[in-house]
Parts: sequence; C-alpha cells; structure tokens
Amino acid sequence: MAVDQRELDRQLSGLDALEDDPAGRAGRLASLRSRIWPKLAALVLAVGAWQLVVVSGWRSTYVLPPPSTVFSEVSRIAGTGAFWQALGVTAGRAAVGYAAAIAVGSVIGALVATIKPLRTAVGSLITGLQTMPSIAWFPLAVLLFKPSEAAIIFVVVLGAAPSIANGLIGGVDNVPPLLVRAGRMLGARGPTLFRHVVLPAALPSCLGGLKQGWAFAWRSLMAGELLLILPTRPSIGSQLDFARDLSDAPLLLAYMIVVLVIGIGIDGAFGAVDGRLRRRRGLVDTAT
Amino acid sequence: MSVTAEARPVTAPAIVIDGVSKRYATGAVALEDVHLEVRRGEFLALVGASGCGKSTLLNLVAGLDSPTTGRVSLPGGRPTLLFQEAALLPWQTAAGNVELALRLRGVGRAERKEKAVELLDLVHLSGMGDRRPHELSGGMRQRVALARALAQEPDILLMDEPFGALDAMTRDLLHDELERIWSETGVTILFVTHNVREAARLGDRIVLLTSRPGRVAAEFPVNIDRPRRIESPPVSKLAVEVTAALRQEVARHGR
Repeated sequence: MAVDQRELDRQLSGLDALEDDPAGRAGRLASLRSRIWPKLAALVLAVGAWQLVVVSGWRSTYVLPPPSTVFSEVSRIAGTGAFWQALGVTAGRAAVGYAAAIAVGSVIGALVATIKPLRTAVGSLITGLQTMPSIAWFPLAVLLFKPSEAAIIFVVVLGAAPSIANGLIGGVDNVPPLLVRAGRMLGARGPTLFRHVVLPAALPSCLGGLKQGWAFAWRSLMAGELLLILPTRPSIGSQLDFARDLSDAPLLLAYMIVVLVIGIGIDGAFGAVDGRLRRRRGLVDTAT
Repeated sequence: MSVTAEARPVTAPAIVIDGVSKRYATGAVALEDVHLEVRRGEFLALVGASGCGKSTLLNLVAGLDSPTTGRVSLPGGRPTLLFQEAALLPWQTAAGNVELALRLRGVGRAERKEKAVELLDLVHLSGMGDRRPHELSGGMRQRVALARALAQEPDILLMDEPFGALDAMTRDLLHDELERIWSETGVTILFVTHNVREAARLGDRIVLLTSRPGRVAAEFPVNIDRPRRIESPPVSKLAVEVTAALRQEVARHGR
C-alpha cells in the first residue's frame, strides 16, 4: 500500500483549508468605528458637565468661563505666533528629554537585565526612583545646572528613564524560555540571541515602559516649566503661569486643553503601535 | 548488536551516547549510564514513560546541556532540535522564521528569500510564507518549525514529541510527510515519543527507556516495509509487544 505523493499533497492541503479560520481576519474599519464613538460620547459628557457647572452659577464666568468661550479662545491662540513659539519650545524640550531618557533607560535596562549582580544591586533602586515624584528633583536640578534648559531636561530624564528601564527589564525577564532555547538551537548566542530573540520578545513590555515613561516625562516637563520660567524661552508652562498672573481664565483653560490634547494624542499613538504589535503576534482575541 | 544492524548494510554511527549520566543539582538522577548508538541515516524512535529523561537526553545530544558523566559525540554531523511546541518566533512571519535560520547560518539576503520559499514548498506550505504563527493551525506551525530546522541543513534531526499536541488526523499526515522528507534528505533522526504506535509507524528501531533513572531497557528492531500505515496489522502487532514491555516497566514503580 504505497502512499501516493499527490494524494498526500491533496490530503494535507484539504486539512489546512479546513483548519484555516476565515473569521480570524475580520475587517478593521468596523472595530475602528466601534472604538471612536465611546470616545466622542465621553467628550460630549465631559463638556456637558462643565457647561452645567457654569450654568449653576457656582463661580462667576469671569473665573470659570463656559466651554464655548474657552474653545473660541483655543482657536484664537492657535492663530498667534506666541502660541506656536511656546509650543515649539515645549515640544523641543519634550523631544530632547524623552530621547535622552530612552537612551539612558535602555542602556541601564539592558545592563541590569543581562548582568545578574547588577540586578541584585540596583534592581530595586530603579523601582524606587520610579515611585519618586520627579518634582522632588527640581531644587537639586537648579543647584546643579542653574535655572536653565539643562535643569528641566535633567528632571524630565529622571522622571522617564526608570520606567523605560523597568519596561525593558520586565520584558527580558518574561521572555519564554522555549524561544530562547529555539534561538540557541538556531545558532544564536550572546548579542545575536539578544537581538533576534530576547529583544523582540521583550518588545511589548518595552513599549509599556516607553508609554509610562512618556507620561512621566510629560508631567515632569509641565511641572518644570511652571517652576522654572526662563525669560527668553516662552513655553506652554510659562504661558499657563502668565495667564494666571493676568487672571485670564479663558487663556489659562485654553492652554490646559492644549496640554490635555497633546497628552491624549501621544497616548493614542502609543496605543495604536501597541495594538498593531499585539495583533501581529496574535495577542488580541478576535472573537470579541 | 541488534537484528537490524545485520539486516541493513552496516553504516557508521551518527550519534554515540557513551555511558551518559545526568544528575541535577537537586540530586535527581535523570539518566544513568545510557549507551546508545544511532547510525547514519537511521530513524530511531525512543519511547519511555514519564520521568525516563527522554527530553534530557535530547538536550544533551543537542548540546543545550552537558552530561554529568560519560560523553556524547556526533560523528554524524550537526544536530538540530524540534520541540513539542513549534517554538516559532511570533513576531516573524512563517517565511521570516525560516529566513532567520538561514541568516544565522550566514546565507545571503537574496538567497534567503528564495531558499525559504523552497523549504516552505517542501513542507507543503506554498503561499503561506506571509502568515504569522498565530494565523496557522498547530499542524501548519509544526511544519514551519520543520522547514526552519531543515533550513539549518542539519545532519541529525532531534525531535522531542513533535506531534504530541496534534490531533490524530494531522499527526497521521505529518507521519507520511516526515517519512518522505527523511527518505529524500537522508537525515539521521532521533525521535522521542511516548506514543508506541507512532514509534512503530516511523522507526527503523525502537529503544525503550526505563524511568527514574532513565536507562536503556530494551531494543526492538522494526522489520516492517515502508511506507507504513499506523493502523496496519504489523505496526499494531509490534506496538502491542512494545507496550507490554513499557507497562511492565511502569508497574515496577508502583507499590
């Protein structure tokens, strides 16, 4: 009873076709739509609540203006050069500080994740740093760097780097041992193994660390800009402070909305990258 | 020596396991004084109950671990190991997994693409190269793992219950598939399984290991013509014989 090669081909491809799940690859547009409407509803609810508080007369509109006033203030400042200059300075600081935090956090994370004695020595220290409010570093930063750009960047880096390092360490810790064995069996050792197996396997956790690091960087930056106003460098923080000095509530709230929108926007970008990563790895339950 | 050695032309050994013992730091003895030779091009099926150190033995042969005493030598060439789970990298496509194996062997970029397509064709996964592991069935994943292992151009294929997690139908087809690839490439296979029928279906020879510690208990030549079928009477008859020996071995551990 000889196995006919062509018959085997047919049987295998038949079985493959039966086991192939066409429902597994559904359209993405529908899921996008289903994710957008709850966000819109939440926005409408928040603005509605704000409007209600204003209407209740709890504070005069001079101190707490209605949403309409603030939104028209947002569109007004969006047409001014001062706004874009401030945004540019803040974005520049955020970019430089965050990039430096990624560099520092990755190097420390990689070293601590791969060198055992270093892990026992500084592993918990990193978590300790992570829980420390970065604003507490400010007085020291000013002593070390004078009131300068460097002082602000220093605090941003200290705020973000521990989260980034921890994300990498956690990711490396949770790499499935089977994948490491498979990688070694393919002939990958040391740095090659790290690059082709360990690092990609740790990527989702790294991304979590990067996301959390960004949140800390952004908070630290806002705190820093409010505390340290450099006369030649108008920023979002200094504009907030300026609006308070003038008791200009619409301007103050307009800048706050800008801060919020930037935060939500970047968080959304991280979410999109994370979602893509998970879908590609089959970590998303497509049945729901 | 065994009967098969006389029945077939005597060829040089591919794997020599010489008095190998493995004791773990906990004091547990996984393997004790194991002697085993696998000839070049042979398909050897290793069966045993739980705790016989089958996987430990494969790790030793694969070089992922080293024996406490004794030595393992591989005059037959380079080995690679297939696991029970496919162990594919989930961030890579099927083709990407195969290409990584080629890349780590130093194959050039252009050639990698071509070679990966060929290898996926070989395991009947033409056109599936762009799929990611989670988009493939268990049987398909295991075939990608096989293609990836073959990409290393191994002389020795070590298989650790590779079809253990698959359904009977898929397993049956993959037996045919593996037998075909084995006869086409002439690779030496050391195949570990707890499924006695599978061992009789595939092996040139079946070696039975004892449990705790693992030792070679018995050896059964498989003098059944290929191609075989798992449900054919000679395969079943041999499986009954091996199972009886295995049961006796297991009973030894009761009280």
